[in-house]
Amino acid sequence: MSNLADLTLVDLGKRISSGDVTAREVTLAALERAHALNGSVNAFRAIDDDGALKRAEELDRTRVAGGTVGPLHGVPVALKDNLATRGLATTASSRILAGYIPPYNATVVERLEKAGAVIIGKTNLDEFAMGSSTENSAYGSSRNPWALDRTPGGSSGGSAVAVAARIVPAALGSDTGGSIRQPAALSGVVGLKPTYGRVSRYGLLAFASSLDQIGPITRSAADAARILEVIAGADPCDATASTEAVPSFTRELTGDIRGLKVGVPRAVLSEGVDAAVLESFQEALSTLEGLGAVVSDVELPHASYGIPIYYLIATAEASSNLARYDGVRYGFRAALDKDASLKTMYERTRDEGFGAEVKRRIMLGTYVLSAGYYDAYYLKAQQVRTLLRQDYDRAFQRVDVIAMPTTPTPAFRLGEKTDDPLQMYLADVFTVSANLAGLPAISMPGRFSCAGLPIGFQITGRMFDEATILRAADAFQRHTDWHTMAPSIESRAVAIE
Amino acid sequence: MSLTRGDVLRIAELARLALTDDEVTLFTKQLGSILEYVDQINALDTAGVMPTSHVMNRPLDRADEPRPVLSRRDVLAAAPEAAIEAGLFKVPRVIG
Repeated sequence: MSNLADLTLVDLGKRISSGDVTAREVTLAALERAHALNGSVNAFRAIDDDGALKRAEELDRTRVAGGTVGPLHGVPVALKDNLATRGLATTASSRILAGYIPPYNATVVERLEKAGAVIIGKTNLDEFAMGSSTENSAYGSSRNPWALDRTPGGSSGGSAVAVAARIVPAALGSDTGGSIRQPAALSGVVGLKPTYGRVSRYGLLAFASSLDQIGPITRSAADAARILEVIAGADPCDATASTEAVPSFTRELTGDIRGLKVGVPRAVLSEGVDAAVLESFQEALSTLEGLGAVVSDVELPHASYGIPIYYLIATAEASSNLARYDGVRYGFRAALDKDASLKTMYERTRDEGFGAEVKRRIMLGTYVLSAGYYDAYYLKAQQVRTLLRQDYDRAFQRVDVIAMPTTPTPAFRLGEKTDDPLQMYLADVFTVSANLAGLPAISMPGRFSCAGLPIGFQITGRMFDEATILRAADAFQRHTDWHTMAPSIESRAVAIE
Repeated sequence: MSLTRGDVLRIAELARLALTDDEVTLFTKQLGSILEYVDQINALDTAGVMPTSHVMNRPLDRADEPRPVLSRRDVLAAAPEAAIEAGLFKVPRVIG
């Protein structure tokens, strides 16, 4: 069955619908691989053997009776554990949600299931998606399948690992400041953050509501297009889910990018970027040029303020969103003396339930929203956010897409940045802008480093123009094979023991 | 902008976090250096710039019509303590 693991979602779907393999066989292979590798990579918080096999068997019966359920019929997928799943524990990798079993499904879960996908489990993340390495998970960090002593990136690290390690062809993540694209880049897979509002967030455990967006992690851009067209579109349960028409992204993958205008913000790349990353990026640009794209420089004068404004706005929104975790409605409540007050219950539950990074961000967000500091920090950040959006508006008058590295370095070692939160924040330097401006962006692997670590680059598009960035990424992948590289994880797993 | 222990204790109170002494010490240092870093935005002139609170270019309104919602029983079942039959979440005594 090991060859099934190497198939892309599109190819796997074809083989299932032709009757070449059954959904049960595919699901069983994915479950076996998840169990076999999870000890080494810690990608999964929970693996739902029973639910997945039951669903696969139903799908096989439907197919035998002459039909397929939808475009993802029988395809195994994994979900970041901040997406609510009915009857299946959802923790956001936080102790404060220990024992919480949602009574409802996120809209994206409903849509995947309706399309025929088989959900095999929930993946590890930085607690409440706050982090860039998965080291903030209350349940241990995930490990990069290319080098087990390194981070797979975060916060959707478990989803990136599940795809990179060939356990599933696709997983969902969420991206608030880079949490889909950064782990995709560090793990050697594709990560797409759709336009703000493109995908319903009903059932996504909220972190920063003006920035959060759900998207796919896959091995090919074509697979990302397939997933996006299933999960995108308006939803009465989420007022921010846009009513903008959802095109057939798959049909837009023509392979033709002749005349595509690609802007490069050179000034942003002037310092702090690893030489191997710059080299990989340059080569990717040359490949795009070879396919007929026209590369020119663009200026994003306020991009260098991305990290400060992101960490002001995201923490402010987080301090508000996470106020709901108070020991009353879900999950964990601190053990208390019988005469303890309600306030003590709140304070003790939150101190014991949240990890250090979440507390740090709640504290920062509470501070910047507090009387006397609101104007200097929160309001000011919102104004600079406007200036950054205007930079992109101007750039997109001249170019169709903007290309940048996804991260300043390849995957860093576990433990390398955990003592210095600010250093960790700087790992998001190239990804936060797309969230602040609400734009779609896709990361895909380019040339690896000499040490064999994946390096990603990203293409950002105009609002609601995922079609163009997917077409560019797909054209790139038709002419390169970086995305087909597989880590030899079994031998590494043995070597570490 | 430097931050004092008193500031951190005041914020923790607002955020309903009973921090340990070690956490107060650590956060005083770490939050201080993060604030120092983000302070760079105050060098920009933003007079007259409209703030961005979200990037939606359409109103978020929808018709206010009743729709099915989660059952009270299911929601209460997810709580740490509840009186499910009575339809109540249980919390420590609030009024003496």
